[in-house]
Amino acid sequence: MPRNPDVVVIGAGIVGAACAWYLARAGQSVLVLEGGFAGGSATAAGMGHIVVLDDSEAQFALTSWSVRLLAELREELPREVECEWRGTLWVAEDESQLAAARARAGYYSSRGVAAEVLGPRDLATEEPALRSGLAGGLRVPGDGVVYPPALTRWLLDGACRAGAEVRQNVTVERITPGAVDASGGRIACGLVVNAAGAAAPRLTPGLPIVPRKGHLVITDRYPGLCRHQIVELGYLRSAHTMTTSSVAFNVQPRATGQLLIGSSRELVGWEPAVNQEILARMLRRATDFIPALARLRAIRTWTGFRPATPDKLPLIGPWSPGSGLWIAAGHEGLGITTALGTGRLLSDLMLGRQPAIDPAPFVPGREMPAGAD
Amino acid sequence: MAAPVEIRINGVSHRVPADVSLAAALLSMGFGVMHRSVSGMPRGPVCGMGICFECQVIVDGDPHRRACLERVRDGMEVRTDE
Amino acid sequence: MSDRLDADVAIVGAGPAGIAAAVAAAESGRRVALLDAAPGPGGQIWRHRSVDELSRTARRWLGRLDASGARMLPGASVFSLSPKHLDAEFEGAHLRIDAKALILATGAMERWLPFPGWTLPGVVGVGGIQALIKSGADLTGKRVIVAGTGPLLLPVAATLARSGARLAMVAEQAPFNRVAAFAAGLWRWPGRLLQAAAYRRAFFRARYLTGTWVTHAAAGDHGLRVTLSNDRREWSVACDFLCTGAGLVPSTELARLLGCELDGRVVRVDRYQQTSVPRVFAAGEPTGNSGADAALVEGTIAGLTAAGAAVRAERHFPARDRHRAFARAVGTAFAPRPELFRLADAETIVCRCEDIPLGALRAGWSAREAKLATRIGMGPCQGRVCGPILEALFGAAPDTVRIPVWPTAVGALAGAGSDSIPESVPSGIPAEPWL
Repeated sequence: MPRNPDVVVIGAGIVGAACAWYLARAGQSVLVLEGGFAGGSATAAGMGHIVVLDDSEAQFALTSWSVRLLAELREELPREVECEWRGTLWVAEDESQLAAARARAGYYSSRGVAAEVLGPRDLATEEPALRSGLAGGLRVPGDGVVYPPALTRWLLDGACRAGAEVRQNVTVERITPGAVDASGGRIACGLVVNAAGAAAPRLTPGLPIVPRKGHLVITDRYPGLCRHQIVELGYLRSAHTMTTSSVAFNVQPRATGQLLIGSSRELVGWEPAVNQEILARMLRRATDFIPALARLRAIRTWTGFRPATPDKLPLIGPWSPGSGLWIAAGHEGLGITTALGTGRLLSDLMLGRQPAIDPAPFVPGREMPAGAD
Repeated sequence: MAAPVEIRINGVSHRVPADVSLAAALLSMGFGVMHRSVSGMPRGPVCGMGICFECQVIVDGDPHRRACLERVRDGMEVRTDE
Repeated sequence: MSDRLDADVAIVGAGPAGIAAAVAAAESGRRVALLDAAPGPGGQIWRHRSVDELSRTARRWLGRLDASGARMLPGASVFSLSPKHLDAEFEGAHLRIDAKALILATGAMERWLPFPGWTLPGVVGVGGIQALIKSGADLTGKRVIVAGTGPLLLPVAATLARSGARLAMVAEQAPFNRVAAFAAGLWRWPGRLLQAAAYRRAFFRARYLTGTWVTHAAAGDHGLRVTLSNDRREWSVACDFLCTGAGLVPSTELARLLGCELDGRVVRVDRYQQTSVPRVFAAGEPTGNSGADAALVEGTIAGLTAAGAAVRAERHFPARDRHRAFARAVGTAFAPRPELFRLADAETIVCRCEDIPLGALRAGWSAREAKLATRIGMGPCQGRVCGPILEALFGAAPDTVRIPVWPTAVGALAGAGSDSIPESVPSGIPAEPWL
């Protein structure tokens, strides 16, 4: 790598790694600076669910495109990435949720994403561990799951093979035009990408991102109990309403046979401690849907901070004109899913290429809905 | 000493003293391998006190039971992963 | 499902320290709850099938515990706590114990340093084989080698010899001069000297070799083929069980979760056994003291102080300080020799839960970084076995302690939120006003 890289990417989470991967493979000299270690923050805390969502047209465009980009890599990904295409099963508790599921199935199908509605009997056949009395579900078979730290390392390794360099335990103190001030000195560069997740506003004041805390639990190995990534349809309400705290049923089988149980959302600043109250609420919700979970052994819990924006869309694109500063942050709970789309979109914009999806909804300086912070 | 109890190990009945741990009973009967590791290596008990999880067996259908923390019970159904 | 109990003093760990603490507090009129994951009181050192197997001292303490009115909760696994309460999985459900004082008497676990073959069935802990025999394992006629370190080797060898196993050898890794110097100093603790002599008589047929350690074990045609070294030569011995260990690690998870300050690996306590967190006490192995006698004294001091009888606790200070000196002498004499840190090769498993070999690890990683890169420590033992190895081999700082402190039923964790916990009920033990 030359002394002054074309691009400095700040943050070696999965989003920064994907940006570096696309930029380096496009011939840019890239330096990635990471304050801790690669994939060690929100990326490590995430479930790894690769999921198409349709809260907005823009969200659907970014998630469905990102899922396709990952699927194109499926033959290349090493075993430790634990990539599996189990499909998501959205569970409807009642008829109104099932009606919403039907509408979503139509929306997905008309846009080329496979989706099917299941009645109560099919739901029970597909996931016998779910409690009886549920209305049905929506299956999205093209969704998957990865082990995010391993996918992040794979992307960074690929970037490094294309000439990029990754420096860990380097704290960036300031971004200035044409340079970043880091522990260890000033690094002159062409462009800067702030991909520091929930910490991005520390370096770029004014970015509309707040940390949204989440809890996760992982069990010992119980292969076969669940087949799909199972989420309640009510999850969307939990994810899309900026209340101070909410929980939703979300269970993800891993390649190891372990089950990840989520999820919670809290606006409590940067308090990292596991909150036993939230954990208990979250697990009661989960055992309400899958009673057999109650007897399984939980072996670990942890928390992480999603970078949340007021309009639920990430910030991807240039910051102030002419500053040389670009943003790839604010992915809330979809950073793992949309990392590849983000990296591709950002690199296309930076290199003046025609992007595959409309970048306008992701412009970092866009108008945000009022009242949200 | 208490009357022996009958437990089934991998489908075969065995009489064991009532006041022993399951790990002790298994070891006494020559079941030195209690489970397979995640990559398939045979493993047996190490710590004897519930810490190492190397004496995990399936008890009455419940996986991941630590045999060293389990007292034998009459009619107990045990599977080792040999 | 959730249940709730109210106590004045809640004690975790029913070994000698916890028993003494429970006796001291309950005999002072306090309502005491004593929790242990094992099916009954005794801990590791007083583990028994029938009290007839135990020493007079142990029987006397267990008798006092029975008579004290302390409430013993066997099979209770404490997975979370605050200075005011414990959360345990008890009979498959959640149990909350509210308490005015907590005593952590969580004991210690064995420490292992990996060598090629240490994961083979038949390779057991030194304390592990003793626990298994005390729980009823019949090893009659089995060929056994004990190769470890410290005073624990003697009672274990004695237990094995009495059990009818064919004890081939006891190998102490510490060099002869250290062991001799330690033995020569034992006159300061006459009880320990007599005990050591009695143990040695019990396994008089077996050789006791100092400066000797296992370099490697392999599966043979009949059992294990164990290679030993004494720095001058290496030789192989066949056996059915190889009992190894490199000393003890204090169990400090609960203290660390509470934020109690540590001194190195042990919980820092003041003269009254109080930790840096008010009304939380620690006694026995977690404080770095070792052995049942020391645990009894520390437990008594903690129990009395927690019961408001600090003045009576002070009478026990001199005895405790004598035991502290013994623990220091053990630490110096039986520190693992440098060779033990270099036995593992690239293929040797370090994390037994996830089968992570030494070759997968890099120097400079923190425990958390190593975990995310390789899965080391992600299994059900929660890094209890591999954590000390990472620390010994790489100097890797341990990861933080989080709930659940033990693998815990999801249902019990789900019950540990305030809206599912019922009103507190008295433990059924008559209460007296605080002194």
